[in-house]
Amino acid sequence: MKQSTLIWTLLMVFGGLSLIAIQLFRDKGEVYVREVPVEGKSSLPEAQEQTYRWSTYKQVSEKEKGKPGVSFSLSRTLGLWVAAFCTLAIFSFLYGDNPLYKFTEAVFVGVSAAYAMVVAFWTEIVTNLFAKLLPGYARMSFLPDISEDVQSDLLYLIPLVLSVLLLWRLAPKGTWIARWPLAFFIGATAGIRLISYLEADFIGQIQNTIMPFIVFSADGSLLWIQSLRNTIVIVGVTSCMVYFFFSIEHEGVVKYISRLGIWFLMVTFGASFAYTVMGRIALLSGRLDFLFNNWLGI
Amino acid sequence: MLKILQTLDRRWIFLAMFLAVAIPLIMGMTFPEKTSDQVMAVFNAVENLPDGSNVVMALDYDPASEGELQPMASAFTRHCALKKHNIYFMTLWPQGGPMIQRSTDLLENDYPETYKGKYGSKYVNLGFRAGNEGVIKLVVEDLKKSYDTDVQGTNLNDIPLTKNLKNIQQVDLLCNVSAGYPGSKEWVLYGSAPFDIPTVIGCTGVQAPIMLPYIPQQLTGMLAAIKGAAEYEQAIINRYPELNDNPAAKEGLKRMGPQLVAHVLLIGLIALGNVIYFWERKQGTA
Repeated sequence: MKQSTLIWTLLMVFGGLSLIAIQLFRDKGEVYVREVPVEGKSSLPEAQEQTYRWSTYKQVSEKEKGKPGVSFSLSRTLGLWVAAFCTLAIFSFLYGDNPLYKFTEAVFVGVSAAYAMVVAFWTEIVTNLFAKLLPGYARMSFLPDISEDVQSDLLYLIPLVLSVLLLWRLAPKGTWIARWPLAFFIGATAGIRLISYLEADFIGQIQNTIMPFIVFSADGSLLWIQSLRNTIVIVGVTSCMVYFFFSIEHEGVVKYISRLGIWFLMVTFGASFAYTVMGRIALLSGRLDFLFNNWLGI
Repeated sequence: MLKILQTLDRRWIFLAMFLAVAIPLIMGMTFPEKTSDQVMAVFNAVENLPDGSNVVMALDYDPASEGELQPMASAFTRHCALKKHNIYFMTLWPQGGPMIQRSTDLLENDYPETYKGKYGSKYVNLGFRAGNEGVIKLVVEDLKKSYDTDVQGTNLNDIPLTKNLKNIQQVDLLCNVSAGYPGSKEWVLYGSAPFDIPTVIGCTGVQAPIMLPYIPQQLTGMLAAIKGAAEYEQAIINRYPELNDNPAAKEGLKRMGPQLVAHVLLIGLIALGNVIYFWERKQGTA
């Protein structure tokens, strides 16, 4: 066994044993809940008024363990342990690619896709399509709060037909039919975006760049920080645009201005990278906070 | 020494980064934050509204970005709750539902006198709607064309907060917390820019440079990454000092300790990498 592999294996084993020891001796990693009774009345006008009672469970801190109404929640404790296990399994990729990481990654992708699909079905297909086309049936089945005055909106047949045509792509023959709805979506999206981008990203940004080089306050004194800021923005925008202007050769004055543009671009990329690093560290600290605080209770 | 560094196993760097983040987190290291003009613009946008104003809270992120964005969402929600604003929650991300739940739990648990049992009259959860920018285009013009019901299936005409709300242009402020597409950029393109809806955002570090050019004409202010969240929390604590004893109001501030140590480590590693590079070049091996 290579020396580095031995060291890393020992580190991993030590880390794993420490985690188990912390759990065994500190009695952590348990979730407690408080029962909250809920009462509701039927909302259907034609139905006889009935009162329904059920309970929801609110998670409480471990300090409240033993208090009246507070109980141990096996399902949430299991959820906590599964979340901790998945986090550690994903972190294990830093040691090297391994089956545990691949398994957890596959679970994550599958669960995310399934969750998005179920949510989209209930919020779009049921609420936005089925309820619009057949409000009476929707009221009787899934959405009792739909008003009785609501009539079928036959306009929604168009998205229904387009959706069915889109699914034609899966059929063994006539896959070209799916191109028609696709063409509609692409055309509509391009049209919608074109106007918005022109307004906010083109006209709006030109407006934002029209600013004074030198800024004075109401009493006539020079606001030099504001002036410097404006100057940097104007010079930066102009030089970057010169850099991307390829219709003339970058020689003489143009060469120096475009080189200045490169410097501005480099600073921008550096700032973007630094922001990205900050974001990634924030995500890491979020997961570690979960492990230390919620799971290990350190 | 330099030869050892040349062949250093990258896993030592991972371990160093783990320790740089973990130790300050366990020790609870926090540092005072000075609020920037940009963050104060966000704070003032919420603070200067009359109590009980209508605010849309569009939470467009999922658990993958929770570590970076949840402190922002909580801070926005807390600030609105302190001002007793009416809040309309919505999301364009399918996994955004549980993120909204965290904010509504915060309202019910931490501000029960204003929000407990006041669903529909003080806050409402419109939930997720598929369609990305298409949804934004609809809600800014006709809310009920896109949303017939709230997340519980109650008709919007039966909910006091939404009964007379024709579109999002009628609200006093739009707060968006975003992890990408669809998110802040789309809210600017289809909401705040064409209709002049006062908008403040909180976004990930990756998005921040893209959103900066929209300030101040198309966006009132922005919380950029966890640093923005920490500064905003500090601004809220400065105005409402009673929150100083509430650890839940300092989630962003708590994350800035690890940020500082990890950044120092990273700067050191970049410097060290350059030293090795120039040394190798001098040796003629680079």
